[in-house]
Amino acid sequence: MSSVMAATRIYIPSDTTAKALGADRVARVIEATAKEQGVELEIVRNGTRALYWLDPLIEVDTPEGRFGYGPVTVKDVDSLFAAEFWSGETAHPLAVGLVEEIPYLKRQQRLTFSRAGVTDPLSLSDYEAHDGYKGLRNALKLEAQGIVDAVKASGLRGRGGAAFPTGIKWQTVLDANSPEQQKQKYIVCNADEGDSGTFADRLVMECDPFMLIEGMTIAGLAVGATQGYIYLRSEYPLADKNLNAAIESAYANNLLGEDILGSGRHFDLEVRVGAGAYICGEETSLLESLEGKRGLVRAKPPLPAIVGLFGQPTVVNNVLSLAAVPFILDKGAQAYADCGMGRSRGTLPFQVAGNVKQGGLVELAFGPTLRELMFDFAGGTRNGRPLRAVQVGGPLGAYLPESQWDTPLDYEEFAKVGAVLGHGGVVMFDDTVDMGEQARFSMEFCVAESCGKCTPCRIGSTRGVEVIDRIRAGQNVDANLELLSDLCETMLDGSLCAMGGMTPFPVQSAVKHFGEDFVKHSTSEHLNSVLEEA
Amino acid sequence: MNTPGSVSWEPTAAQAIIDELKSKPGALLPILHAIQNRFAYVPEEAVALIAPALKLSRAEVHGVISFYHHFRTHQPGRHVVEICRAEACQAQGSRELEAHAKATLGVDYHGTTADRAVTLEPVYCLGNCSCGASVRVGDEIYARMTPESFDELVDELRTERLEVL
Repeated sequence: MSSVMAATRIYIPSDTTAKALGADRVARVIEATAKEQGVELEIVRNGTRALYWLDPLIEVDTPEGRFGYGPVTVKDVDSLFAAEFWSGETAHPLAVGLVEEIPYLKRQQRLTFSRAGVTDPLSLSDYEAHDGYKGLRNALKLEAQGIVDAVKASGLRGRGGAAFPTGIKWQTVLDANSPEQQKQKYIVCNADEGDSGTFADRLVMECDPFMLIEGMTIAGLAVGATQGYIYLRSEYPLADKNLNAAIESAYANNLLGEDILGSGRHFDLEVRVGAGAYICGEETSLLESLEGKRGLVRAKPPLPAIVGLFGQPTVVNNVLSLAAVPFILDKGAQAYADCGMGRSRGTLPFQVAGNVKQGGLVELAFGPTLRELMFDFAGGTRNGRPLRAVQVGGPLGAYLPESQWDTPLDYEEFAKVGAVLGHGGVVMFDDTVDMGEQARFSMEFCVAESCGKCTPCRIGSTRGVEVIDRIRAGQNVDANLELLSDLCETMLDGSLCAMGGMTPFPVQSAVKHFGEDFVKHSTSEHLNSVLEEA
Repeated sequence: MNTPGSVSWEPTAAQAIIDELKSKPGALLPILHAIQNRFAYVPEEAVALIAPALKLSRAEVHGVISFYHHFRTHQPGRHVVEICRAEACQAQGSRELEAHAKATLGVDYHGTTADRAVTLEPVYCLGNCSCGASVRVGDEIYARMTPESFDELVDELRTERLEVL
């Protein structure tokens, strides 16, 4: 990398998806070509804007703003140099204009993701130059209760999926005040982002890791916790690397440790890597895993806020919940609460995935419809076939048929149609999808991932696969559909946690809205009646 | 975190790893990761060292290893190839990809090819959901995989080994 004053600064993304699309190879070739041709370029590896159909998106600093080219492959490098791309040449076929004017990005409300793709993820000075650590500095001036009050006033609800008010959770931990409880409290970040179709947590950790560290430090000040753990899934090796590098840098700069910014306040932070168990995204299973045990779900109560990690009061928050905190403490609770609708305040980073033309991260205030997200932003399917089914909220979320695509993106509105927003993952399927197969997979996934503690989940999922197989084979279809319906009710009502309790959501929605896929070659009165109802 | 080497079992190295990590709160997972990162799997001999160090029974350690998909108890092939089975990749043809992979490699999931070049594993989501189908080899993720690009990848992995020889 060149540090010559006159060098033009260019940005090449470095998150997992950009790398998977060849960003590292492109960076190597650009660097070599610049050297060969005597062009002074300063290459910054930014995170990513997460406009993935354009990645690797190369950006160039120009007086008007950052100008982009994408998607760039190694084969395009020669023509980019021939066009003197560093000057912001608009005639090149890959030119996309000023990046921040791209409608997909411009129409978003990026509060949590304001720095993603803008800064060098591991540069603390870059982070601080873009409002980083202002929230912590404000928090250090407040009493613990003042911080909790700000989070309450922001209306922030848990972004992991359950949407429980974050401030109330923090209050419970702050109020846990017996001498035994005061000995040690913990902040645990749930970074076990296992839902298919979601990658917002990964983006925070890869593209803006200091934001998570700052959010957790503020949480520690708010409830009196001096130790934090980030429980990170093992499927995210780059997030692990970036988080550890950022934590090291934070320690070196007095932003973690025993005397944060000279305040005498203490907070330590460590990354712990999971081991490929989806269930460990459930908070009590996660705590068991952190304690070094099998990830068996605990019965609640007691709440983790009272009896959590190693039996001590513990805040367990999702990455996005903690990542929203620095903004709230910097810009004020009202600035956050001003976004959104009804009881869903602030923004939710949606992730558009699956068979999608313009996939990526779309951070929006709650309120627009699912259809706007999938068509106005994402442009429909990647292969151009008609969109048929959409699974929102991960493997435990319902499949939505076209009749429900006008549902506003809001926790309560989704609940009304029997669906969930979850962690904001939107997985799009074209008309070749076999919904019988998808329903079977939901049960099969539950077989593989159930912790095994409660019977409805452990056995129910196995029976579910068998019943769906019989239905799809045309055996006693009426009776077996009724059996499946009963089984789903039992799992819903009788499971200890959301794993068994929500696996029926995708299954029931598939039967209800796409029943024709279950009995392609047989006639069924029961199914017909189900279809008429729907 | 998932880069199998061809390191053979060394009890002293394993003991050093255990001694370094055993005083951490909830030390078992960090120890198992460190052992697997070093030896590519968690050998039975390691369990015998870990259990007394953490004052656990061998059954308890085994119970933890068997609970988590990530930990393996047998030496894998030179490369572990993980195919994402989750829904976003299904929408992008991962079912065809996995069928193709199993057929061309001649193994089922958790199996290792006869030349010990590749162990095939399923994985539930790599977070590359806008650009599936996704495959992971070591710490590298591959996007928009098709049966053709999968074959190229496997060829590369096998050739890499030849160059080393």
